[in-house]
Amino acid sequence: MAEKPRIGVFVCHCGLNIAGVVDVKRVAEEAKKLDGVVFSTTYVFMCSEPGQKVVENAIKEHKLNGVVIANCSPSLHEKTFRNAAARAGLNPYRVEIANIREQVSWPHEHEPEIATRKAIAVVRATVERVKNNMTYIPYEVPVTKAVLIIGGGIAGIQAALDVADAGYEVYLVEKSPTIGGKMLFLSETFPTLDCPQCIETPKMTDVSQHPNIHLMTYSEVESVEGYLGNFNVKIKRKASYVDFDKCTGCTDCLRVCPVKAPNEFDRGLTKRGAIYMANEQAVPLVAVVDEKYCIEVNFQKRVKAGKVKPREKPVCSKCVEVCEADAINLLESNEKIVEVKVGAIIVATGFELMDMKKLPEYGGGEVPDVIDALAFERLLAPSGPTAGVPKRPSDGKIPKSVVFVSCAGSRDPEHGVAYCSRVCCMYLAKQAMLYKHAVPDGRAYNFYIDIRSNGKGYEEFVQRVREEGDLIYLRGKVSKIFRKGDKVVVWGADTLTGQKVEIETDLVVLATAMVPPPEIKKLAAKLRIPTDEYGWLSEAHLKLRPLETVTAGIFIAGAAQFPKDITDTVSQASGAAAKVLTMFSQPKLKREPIVAEVDTEICAGCGLCKEQCAYDAIRIDEKKNISVVNEALCEGCGACAAVCPSGAMRLRNLTKKQVIEMIEVLTENY
Amino acid sequence: MVEFEPKIVGFFCNWCTSSAADLAGTSRLQYPPNVRPIRVPCSGTVDPVYLLRALREGADGVMIGGCHPGDCHYITGNLKARRRVKIIKTILESLGLEPERLLLAWISASEGKKFQRVVTEFTEKLKQMGPSTLSKKWK
Ligand code: FES
Repeated sequence: MAEKPRIGVFVCHCGLNIAGVVDVKRVAEEAKKLDGVVFSTTYVFMCSEPGQKVVENAIKEHKLNGVVIANCSPSLHEKTFRNAAARAGLNPYRVEIANIREQVSWPHEHEPEIATRKAIAVVRATVERVKNNMTYIPYEVPVTKAVLIIGGGIAGIQAALDVADAGYEVYLVEKSPTIGGKMLFLSETFPTLDCPQCIETPKMTDVSQHPNIHLMTYSEVESVEGYLGNFNVKIKRKASYVDFDKCTGCTDCLRVCPVKAPNEFDRGLTKRGAIYMANEQAVPLVAVVDEKYCIEVNFQKRVKAGKVKPREKPVCSKCVEVCEADAINLLESNEKIVEVKVGAIIVATGFELMDMKKLPEYGGGEVPDVIDALAFERLLAPSGPTAGVPKRPSDGKIPKSVVFVSCAGSRDPEHGVAYCSRVCCMYLAKQAMLYKHAVPDGRAYNFYIDIRSNGKGYEEFVQRVREEGDLIYLRGKVSKIFRKGDKVVVWGADTLTGQKVEIETDLVVLATAMVPPPEIKKLAAKLRIPTDEYGWLSEAHLKLRPLETVTAGIFIAGAAQFPKDITDTVSQASGAAAKVLTMFSQPKLKREPIVAEVDTEICAGCGLCKEQCAYDAIRIDEKKNISVVNEALCEGCGACAAVCPSGAMRLRNLTKKQVIEMIEVLTENY
Repeated sequence: MVEFEPKIVGFFCNWCTSSAADLAGTSRLQYPPNVRPIRVPCSGTVDPVYLLRALREGADGVMIGGCHPGDCHYITGNLKARRRVKIIKTILESLGLEPERLLLAWISASEGKKFQRVVTEFTEKLKQMGPSTLSKKWK
């Protein structure tokens, strides 16, 4: 700042969170002694309304031109205090946070003296920085009023319908051949026992018929560029070898395909052809060819690679021959890249179940009659392969007893999943009930650690199931599951009686842990949003900003964030849609002005900065021989300034001068 | 004799390591108070001059914390940081200073425990190495 600094320092007690360790009075007194500081004070909760008033009043009264708030992480209240400053007439970019809670008082709880000294150092460094903070005004950028939704499960469907109904365009991208997601696999939903087909398929149809929704199934996000309000997205429409516009969904082709591939929709319990439809309710109702399995497609690929000679007649063209609509072409891939422009993105990529092979002690992947819960859903579903009366995979017999195992891999750090998957207690109760309805003389055992039924009507549901169901609930963990003849043996413990338990059963259902889908890491990298240690998408703040990511304009819905039931997923999806609509209700969006800038008097146009820029935001003006920053493209990372030999390129409010002054302060007075 | 307490300046990227430090704090994980943090947008923001300057001003160690390779919020900032650190280390060596006084660590936002571990280990290591000779030479 060119004017004489008049800085105010506001030290927050945060109740005892800071003041219980750090001597906040001393921090404020030390701050007061600093050159340029004209006011300092402490307050018990600076972020409260009266606390913010303290700041606002001081700004006006002492004509402050810079403010340092010593409190919690800037991720929590930087915005709060910048807004407070703006209300008092001070440019918000004159406010900086000194984080003395997360990074001082909390990690040094037992060393009050050292923590206090560290807090003083951090505050002093921040004062030095603020002295040279300048006034900036946010840029206004136009917003493309269309949204990209990634994932067509119930979360993506709900969000798509909400945004589309409000009158905006939606691009709904789904990797599999149909929308519907995991919900479509289910037999019935707890606790209402709705048939998911009955409640979800109407929504799927709404999606496909909605004039504002562009449905892109069998597609994946290839790349994402741009920023809040203005994203450019490339979408890969995967090779399906079927013209979706021509396909009538008649299923003639499915009947003639000679290939047998595992049917994903039945969790591999049944087979499908290389050309297949995801299921009878698929939306859109079209067939796709699975490249991996199709004989002709693979032959053509080998021809292209020069490995075999082309033949006059196709190796297999049964599906092509029966297709009256002339929708199939196996000779050429129809993969293509589509580009769309959107203003916001909702990620609704859902979950997967832990691979059973990770549970060898439970016979996972080895013993055919040990299946996961989604497979059992298929066996219970009236639309499933056994028409709702479960038959076991090994020999097709109706199981006379079933053992349900909770927390298979969940709440088990050894399997890398320390968390609770949140829905298993509920669906196991439901599955046991439905099994008893289908096989009244069957026996159902349920091993559990503790029953978690915390939702509306959930506890009542579990109680009802247990009372009327004649089920055996065993509190304890299962240690081993193995095959013995045509039976499966389960070893476990009943911790209530303190007894070891051994059960010979016909079928075992594992409630395997919900885990993030394997592709999520790559997608998160494309979107530049972080994931947690497991791979769930990180929200901006777990309590207060659960629908947002740290990247402005990108939101999360459903189990992509963490395991959730359908109720929570749908609520969150509508919430994310509302966030998008809030954005779209504004004529222009504000974009942070804290970006790079060039001192044109020093710049010699050497171009080193241009090479560093990952956004193509810098160009060289050949005539004037200087660098020029495109502020709309610049993200403010500062990589350019770090290499500028003359110091002409700088990051606003974090210039070399500012950082060096901070370094000087931080290295003294230990 | 009072134990030698190394001075450490930490440049922590906003998106990963600074968030990891926040998480460590929120989880009340304790670590030595020697590191004094400067929050930067990205590890790629860190000008090599900052590293040398910190050492010259009397820091016994400098730490840069960024996102894991491939996870940088600004796509490739951390790779730039990695290259620069490599070069600065050779410069330190030619100045007769142990290159281990400069630490580049990838600590993601969810790795509060890793933040605690890395900071603790780095502080311990600098304690064993003793005070930096650079600041005395130059001042
Ligand atoms: S944003 Fe963390 S290293 Fe670049």
